[in-house]
Formats: sequence, structure tokens, C-alpha cells
Amino acid sequence: MGVAAAATTAAVLLALSLGAVATARRRWAPAVIYMLSGAACVVQALAGIAALATRAGTTSLTVPIGLPWMGAHLAQDALSSVFLALLGTGGAAASFYAAGYGRHEHEPQRVLPFFPGFLGAMTLVILAADAFTFLLSWEIMSLLSWALVLAHHRDEGSRSAGYLYLVMAAFGTMVLLLAFGLMAGAQGGYEFAAIRAVERTPGIAALVLGLMVIGAGSKAGLVPLHVWLPVAHPAAPSHVSALMSGVMTKVAVYGFIRVCFDLVGPVDWWMSPIIIVIGVGTAVMGILFAIMDGDGKRILAFSTIENIGVIFTALGLALAFRANGMQAMAALAMTAALLHAVNHMMFKSLLFMVMGAVLNATGRKDLDGLGGLIHRMPATSFLALVGVTAISALPPLNGFVSEWLLFQTVLQSPRLPQPALQFMVPAAGGLLALAAALAAACFVRFYGVAFLGRARSGDVAAATETDRWSLGAMAGMALLCVLAGILPGYLVDLLAPAADLVVGARIAPQGGNAWLTLVPVADVRSSYSGFLVMVFVAVTGSAVAWLVHRLASQRLRRGPAWDCGFPNADPITQYGGGSVAQPIRRVMASVLAAHETVLMPRPGDMGPARHSAGVEDLAWSRLYLPVAAAVIGATTRLNGLQFLTIRRYLGLVFASLILLLVGLALWN
Amino acid sequence: MHDYAFDIAHLLAGSLVLVSFMLIYQDRIFALLNVFALQALLLAMAVAWQAYIQGAHHLYASAAIALVFKAVIVPWALHRMVRRLGIHRDVETVVGVVPTMLAGMGLVALSILLMLQLTAAAENALAREDLAFALSVILLGMLMMVTRRNAVSQVVGFMSLENGLILAATGAQGMPFVVEISVAFSVLIAMIVIGVFLFRIRERFDSVDIEALDHFRGERR
Repeated sequence: MGVAAAATTAAVLLALSLGAVATARRRWAPAVIYMLSGAACVVQALAGIAALATRAGTTSLTVPIGLPWMGAHLAQDALSSVFLALLGTGGAAASFYAAGYGRHEHEPQRVLPFFPGFLGAMTLVILAADAFTFLLSWEIMSLLSWALVLAHHRDEGSRSAGYLYLVMAAFGTMVLLLAFGLMAGAQGGYEFAAIRAVERTPGIAALVLGLMVIGAGSKAGLVPLHVWLPVAHPAAPSHVSALMSGVMTKVAVYGFIRVCFDLVGPVDWWMSPIIIVIGVGTAVMGILFAIMDGDGKRILAFSTIENIGVIFTALGLALAFRANGMQAMAALAMTAALLHAVNHMMFKSLLFMVMGAVLNATGRKDLDGLGGLIHRMPATSFLALVGVTAISALPPLNGFVSEWLLFQTVLQSPRLPQPALQFMVPAAGGLLALAAALAAACFVRFYGVAFLGRARSGDVAAATETDRWSLGAMAGMALLCVLAGILPGYLVDLLAPAADLVVGARIAPQGGNAWLTLVPVADVRSSYSGFLVMVFVAVTGSAVAWLVHRLASQRLRRGPAWDCGFPNADPITQYGGGSVAQPIRRVMASVLAAHETVLMPRPGDMGPARHSAGVEDLAWSRLYLPVAAAVIGATTRLNGLQFLTIRRYLGLVFASLILLLVGLALWN
Repeated sequence: MHDYAFDIAHLLAGSLVLVSFMLIYQDRIFALLNVFALQALLLAMAVAWQAYIQGAHHLYASAAIALVFKAVIVPWALHRMVRRLGIHRDVETVVGVVPTMLAGMGLVALSILLMLQLTAAAENALAREDLAFALSVILLGMLMMVTRRNAVSQVVGFMSLENGLILAATGAQGMPFVVEISVAFSVLIAMIVIGVFLFRIRERFDSVDIEALDHFRGERR
């Protein structure tokens, strides 16, 4: 097996893309292409899991494609295997889901040719073992996902989202290019093996790390580089949103881990607080915006930003512990990061697929237009419940496990020698707890408004359950969420070789613990057993249900509800998305730049009173708009250079030559 | 022997710079062409002298090319062109003669200062001086292209710039012969193309003053 199997699946996926160009308009094309890419993804996932389970070492392969005399170097080690498994699982779920969901696509020729290629390019990013292959695949991944964002290009929002995404992706790749250029050093070796061998000064290593935070962070969605994410991810068709949010952000995390923990070598400890601060800030801001937003898919995209923040916080902790030679603690943090990446792939894909099903059934994705879906789409609603429970980090589901591991790491921070970190990490832990609580609030709002209550529009009242393929894919992901929640020990053991590779230690084997308990730090004796929690929840839940049924069901009376004096209340009077968000918007007004205005008509005026409230992304108004204005201003000025006379052009060339010569003379 | 060789090379290269100054202030077009021919002749002599003192026989061929093409064919062709265009009157400079001459002097000072500084480590004093003069000729050629309005005198400026390049190449013993030949031919072809354009411009605007082009594009000066 090894890298050859994974490389073959990448080739198959890229070939499928080419095949789809020719056949996209045929009626059978969506089913066939999605099934084939799903199969390729299953092979990938198995290749990754098999390599992890058998502790296979690094396998590498050189393909004579790419730069002359150099070829493309591919390699699969434990870290690649983890992300390969993640990519395969997420890709397979999205593909099989799309076998049903994709039938509703109006213009399949705008999605089909790009979808398998997008998966293939992500595979190549993960397998790449030289800078050229890495950057090329990264750019192909960006461009194909851009094409997918533009699938519904007649929508004005999609077009501006696509433009913003393209600009940010180009910027990110340029920064990555600089990072790799710095790492290659004077010898110009661009193979990863050669990059690892170079000795770097701490300053260069820190610079590379900073560039990676910007380059990989802009793809992953770190605040303040996140602005494209909540517009671009939801603009794509839902199975693509699932891939972009669930998988592509993880590919960015992979790139960050690969460079900052593997290639660049030792990094000074003082870089880690920067990453922790960015991570925590991303987590809190992401979830705050998620709570404020009214669009189902945008809520999920903002929540992706939060989870990326959590992952980067864990990575920052791993960096801090590793820089201080505390390998065991670093392994704990790294395991938490990897586990959260895997878990987030599962529940975020699930939730995006749920939103896709809702969108297909009702034609709407705004929370305040939905409601009462639990009666119309019971199976989808149940699976959505599993997803929101997992993403809210409630035991016994998987989201809890990784966040719990992360908090275990935070609790180890007093062992760090630097006072700055000793003070900062607990504060970061507090903010993470805030983010986790806000996430729970956010998804109570999401589920409560969209699935419970009464339908707020006619489309929703007429919704029907979604198709079997979609349900199957969502059920698969929900099952994985549950399994990862109650059997976390086995998953942690699978991730151990990757942590071992990048931080030089692993947490103790968990597979053989009694009652499937997770004991990450043996001497502190904190432990968690998802299985026992599930048994407890099941037993107490059943007991309560039985008691309620036994004592209350017979005494049920049906009568008119008290209507507060407003008979036949309109569904719009229900507690809605804005209502749940309001208290948090008031409390967090300064962070969110919240504004709220009430326009009362003067006495005698027949006009309606108006109330408007909203939030603003400060990153957008304080950072992006000024930069955009500066760029536009500069280009407008420089535009005059397009219309000079011949003699002025000559004069310009002449003047710059003289200037350079004078500079040279003075410099000497 | 060596000092003698050095002096003559210095003299020839220096006179090239001097002739470049003559090109700058020469405001009659036929006189301009004659001065240009003189410069090309001096270039041919300088190259031939380099060939003699370096013992590099291929440089004789370069000298011959310079003599035949630059000193005879190009000025003669331009002569014919000017006659057929009927523009053998004044050459208008955009900037006055005195500021142009002052700027030229500044450029020569700059190039000598720069070249002597940069090549301080080099053994060959001859090459150092030659490079300084060559850079002066190049810069003066560019200056001429910038300050003239008439298309023909811009062509002359371009050709004189190219003379500077040849001088630099022969002095530094660097440029392979093939490259030199191709440069010579490309200059010749450039002249043909520019000549064709000159006629097209004249046909269209009744003038070879490039200001006419600017007016046509709706530009203000």
C-alpha cells in the first residue's frame, strides 16, 4: 500500500474531473461521477487508516511529472495518513451525499468537472514532499474551489464572494511561497528532506512561522483573515460547502503543522503566545458572529472559524510545550488538535449536509424563514440533532472529547517555565470555555429556530423528507460522531503516531483501558469515559421518559392554549433567531460593533415605527476597506502612466536609470 | 608601448564622447547625420585599435561592420529619407541647448565617477576607462532621445546609444562575435522599420514631429 495507493486515488480523481468535462451534461453523469469519487475517497480513507493502524513508516514516491529533472516528490508519513483519512472520510460522505443531492443541481456542468479535481488536489497537497508540488496542488485546490464557489454565478452574492475568495487565496499562496522560499535557504533545495536538513537561525524560523500563520491561516480562516470564509463557503453548493468547511480548512491546518512542526525545526517559545492569542480570538469572534447571523449556512461557516480557532490554540500550546522540551504535554496538545480536526470534519460535514437537505426541501436557508422542520423532515431533524449536540461539545458525542483533551492541556500550563505563558494560558482557557458555551447557545438557536416550533413560511410547511442517498451519507457521519464520542481511546491511539512524528512523543495507549476510559495524563488521574456517560444518559433518559409517561400521559388533556390575548398568532411571532441573539448582542456590543436604532414616527404621522439592529465585522471596516481604498487610490493614480507620450516614457526610463546609477554611486 | 596603446584608446573613446556632445547641440538635421557618421567612424577606429592591442582578430570584423553599416549605409539612408521627407530644415529641441549640455556633462561625470568606483578592483585600467566612456556615450544617446521631438533625430540618438554599447563590449573583451553581428543586424533592421514608420507617420500627419502623434491620441502636452 503506502503512498502509491493514495497517489493513485489522486490521479483517479483528477482524471474523473477531465472525464466530467466531457460528460457533465449527460443525465447519468452526476450519479456516476459522484459514486466514483466516493469510491476513490473510501480507498483514501482506508489507505490512511491502514497506514496508521499498522504503524507503517514513511513511504515515498517520485513521479516524473512537474519540473524537469526534478519530478514531483510524494510521501506518506503518519501526519499525512491522519489527514488522508480525514480527507477520505469527508470526501466520501460529501460524494455519496451528492449522488442524491446533486440531482437537484440546475447546472451540473458547473459543479461536476471541478468536484473530483478539488478532492484530488487536496490529496496531492497532503502527499506532497517538495515545495513545488505542495504549492502547485495548493493553488489548484484554491482555484477549483473558487470555481465551485462560482457554481451559482448568476447570484450577485456568489460573484462577489468568488472575487473576495480569489483575492484572499492568491494572497495566501503568495505568502506561502515566501515562507517556502525562506526555508529553502541558499542551496535552493526544495524537497522536504532537504528543507528539514537546513540549519536555521531562530529569527528565520520565527519569520517562517509568522508567514505560515498568514498563509495557511488565511485558508483556514483565522481572524482577521477570515472575511472571505463566511461568504465563500455558503455560496457553494452544500456538499461543496461541507468539503470546504470540513476538509479544506483541515488541509490548511495540515500545511501549518507540516511546516511549523516538521520542516522548520525548533522554534522559540515566544512565538507560541502569538498563535494562542490569535487562536482564542478567532474562536470567540467566530462564534459570536455565528450567533448574530441569520443565514443557516453562514452560521455554520462562522462556526468553522470558531473551531479553527480552537485547533490553532491547541497547536500554539503544542508549540509552547515543545519549545520547553515538555514532549509529553506537547503530544497531548497535538493529539487534541488532530482529534478536534477530525471531529470537526465529521460534525461540520454533517451539518452542512443537513442544511443542504433543508435548502432543497424548502428553498430557504434563513433561520427566520424556517421552523417546525421536525414534523416535516423527522429523519433529517434527528441527524441534525446529533450534529448540533456534537458541535456544542456535549458528552457523550465526539466534540466533547477533543475539547476536554484541550482543557486538560490548558490545565498543565503551570508546568511551563515562562511566567508569561503561565499567566496567559489559563486566561486563554477561560476564553475557550466562553467560546464553547457560546457555541452551545449558537446551536440551541440554530436547532430551535429552524427545526422546532411552527413553520414560518409556506415553503417550509410543504417540505418533504430528503432522498435516501443524502440520508445515508448524513447517517454515516452521525454514526461516526457517536462512535468517536464513545470510543475515543481507539481514535486517540490512531492519531498517536502522527503526534509522535511532529512533537517526538505520544500519549499513553488508551485502547486497553477499562470501561473505554480516556486517561491522557496518568499522574493527574483525570479521566473521561464516553461510553459510561452514554450508558448513564441512556439509562437516566429512559427512566425519566418512562416516569413521565407513567405518571403524566394518562392525565393529558387537550384544550385551547392561552393566547396572551392574541388569538391565531402568526408564526412570525415565535421566538426567532434575532430574539435569541439579542441579549448576547447587547452584552458584546463593543466587540461586535453592534448598532441598534429605533425610528418612532412623530405623533400624528401615519408611518410605521422601525427598529433595525445589526453587527459589523470590525476587521472588514478597520482593515480591509482601508487597504482596498489604498490599493484603488494607488492604481487610479498610476493609471495615468498608461497614457503618456512616447517621449515621456523614454524620459521615465531614462530618469529611473539615472536614479539607480546615482543610488549605486552613493551606495558605494 | 603599453602607455602609447592606452593613450590612443583613451583618445578615441574620449572623442566618441566629445562627438556625442556635438550630436546633442547640433540642431540642423544634415549636420546631425554628418556628425553621426563621424561618430561611427571614430567607433570603427576605436574598435580596430582595440583589435590591434588585444590581438583579437574578430574585432577587425566588428570594426568593418561599424564602418560599413554605421558610418556609410545608415547615414546615407537617413540622408535619403530626410531628402524624400523634405524636412532638411531645423531640428527643434524640446529643452534648450545650454541645459541639455549641462545635463550631458552631469551624466558624463556620473558615469565616470560610477565606473571608476565600481571597477576599482579590476586590473585592466584600459577597460575601466573604456567602460566609463562607453557609459557616457550611452547616457548621452538616451538624453538625446528624450530631448528631441523630431523622429529622425530620435533615431540618431538610438543609433548613438548603440555605438556606446559596442564600445563597451569591445573594451571589456566580453561580447562574443556572433552576438555582436546580431546586434549590428538588429540595429539595421530597427532602422528599416523605423524608416518605414517615419513614412507612414508623414503620410498620415504631414509631419514627422512626434508631437503630432500625441495630438492625434488626444493628449495634452
